[in-house]
Amino acid sequence: MSRIGTLFAREFRGYFATPVAYVFIVIFLFLTGLFTFYMGGFYERSQADLEPFFRYHPWLYMLLIPAISMRLWSEERKSGTIELLMTLPVSLLEVVLGKFLAAWAFTAIALALTFPIWVTANYLGNPDNTVIAAGYLGSLLMAGGFLAIGACISALTKNQVIAFVVSFVICFAFNLSGFPLVLDFFRGWAPQAIVDVIGSFSFLTHFTSIQKGVIDLRDIIYFATLIAFWLYANMLAIEAKKSS
Amino acid sequence: MENLIEISELRKSFGPLVAVDGVSLQIRRGEVLGFLGPNGAGKSTTMKMITGFIAPTSGSVRVCGHDVATDPIAAKRCIGYLPEGAPAYGEMTPADFLDFIADIRELRGAQKEARIREIVGKIHLEHVMNQTIDTLSKGFKRRVGLAQAILHDPQVLVLDEPTDGLDPNQKHEVRSLIGEMAPNKAIVISTHILEEVDALCTRTAIIARGRLLFSGTPTELEARSRYHNAVTLTVAAAQFDAVSAALSALPAVSTVEARGAGATRRQLTVIPRDGQAIIETVQQTGRASGWAFDELYVESGHLDEVFRTITTTAGNAGEVTRT
Repeated sequence: MSRIGTLFAREFRGYFATPVAYVFIVIFLFLTGLFTFYMGGFYERSQADLEPFFRYHPWLYMLLIPAISMRLWSEERKSGTIELLMTLPVSLLEVVLGKFLAAWAFTAIALALTFPIWVTANYLGNPDNTVIAAGYLGSLLMAGGFLAIGACISALTKNQVIAFVVSFVICFAFNLSGFPLVLDFFRGWAPQAIVDVIGSFSFLTHFTSIQKGVIDLRDIIYFATLIAFWLYANMLAIEAKKSS
Repeated sequence: MENLIEISELRKSFGPLVAVDGVSLQIRRGEVLGFLGPNGAGKSTTMKMITGFIAPTSGSVRVCGHDVATDPIAAKRCIGYLPEGAPAYGEMTPADFLDFIADIRELRGAQKEARIREIVGKIHLEHVMNQTIDTLSKGFKRRVGLAQAILHDPQVLVLDEPTDGLDPNQKHEVRSLIGEMAPNKAIVISTHILEEVDALCTRTAIIARGRLLFSGTPTELEARSRYHNAVTLTVAAAQFDAVSAALSALPAVSTVEARGAGATRRQLTVIPRDGQAIIETVQQTGRASGWAFDELYVESGHLDEVFRTITTTAGNAGEVTRT
């Protein structure tokens, strides 16, 4: 367990050793503000809630999370440090978890830094803070889902640009999997049951229900399973690709 | 002395390409094994399998009694490894990097501090401890990699080209460091530099096209050279032809080769038949004929020549030479 902590700490500090962390946080905060106030019509709605704030998170994450996850493994493979890492007395699971948790903690910090918007809502009115807390929880879970996808894709290539683009496309597909754009692609040839399953994969649907304040166990299980699945795929990808 | 590394029938194929083909080796405590071989011979692949980075297609590796495949963590605990190219996290400083390695290696508190200080002093990293590794010279990067490998005082040390990219002084330092640690450890190094084998190793293993072609002491390797026990001498240019003819005629001599030609002095190497000692005979012949030798010495053998012979021809036979 302490080894996960050590790996986590190294990885986490790594974000702040380069400008990556600061650029990410600044852009994230800038864009959330932009979307909330202009596109979400935070003031115009005259409602004391953060719906216009959370509404755009799936789209922001789709773009920004792959930028965080692309370097997780690609960089290790490219610089050869993966050989160093995997010959230390640590298990593959520990490394995968350490890296994922560090990236997740980092996005949690970026998310926490949006607190002024919560302060604003409370200053202007009396929002239901439990709904807002549920929104933050849902947002964090969704970020974890995107990160797990990105981490797995990053393990498959040494090229960070490829990792970014492929992760972006997969995140996009997960966002939209409940929409005709994605479903029509399967409808032509896949049985209805499969189409329904794919439809139920949508990040948007699960996130929207949590964000409304309805913390359904099924939504939590959905994100937890999704993260576990992609991290497991991440381990398989490392096993298969580490030496090439 | 016990075997710290036991490699048996190790084989690794990447698709149709066989990188390592049935290598078996035992390395005892106190031994420094020099892995020699042309590029792409399978040296690095073998080292990656010893250290558990890649899994063998078949065969097994045991390190300190732990099977690398079934008990990887225990095996990795007693290995220090410097991978090819000495990779390290470029955005970290050596101080942070070594601290991280020490934590993962489960060094704690005062012991950790003391150990890091000792290694940093030994490897002379004091002045670069707070500079990011990316900004360090190749020599320093390699030393950081070496520091990382020996930090936990491992029983088994695997170093892939430890002196590559170092200047002659640094090479000398690293070699004496390895020599110093040698009695208590089993050390495997790979190198292209043949002199290193002579300077450092108690045993050499030559590998080419994935096969182990030779395993023995450097002296035994030299003994396979046609230059083994050859005598090189320098004579006046005027006497050259006479000396050359007389020595060629000796029954123990195979051939006489002319080497560096000068205006007044010429050098020649007398190669014996079947590696027998001919220095006495050459000296007697010289005295009898009244030649003046400016220089006269016995060759121990040319490693590079043996290396070429073994790696370019012996592969066909596929025979492992054990001595």
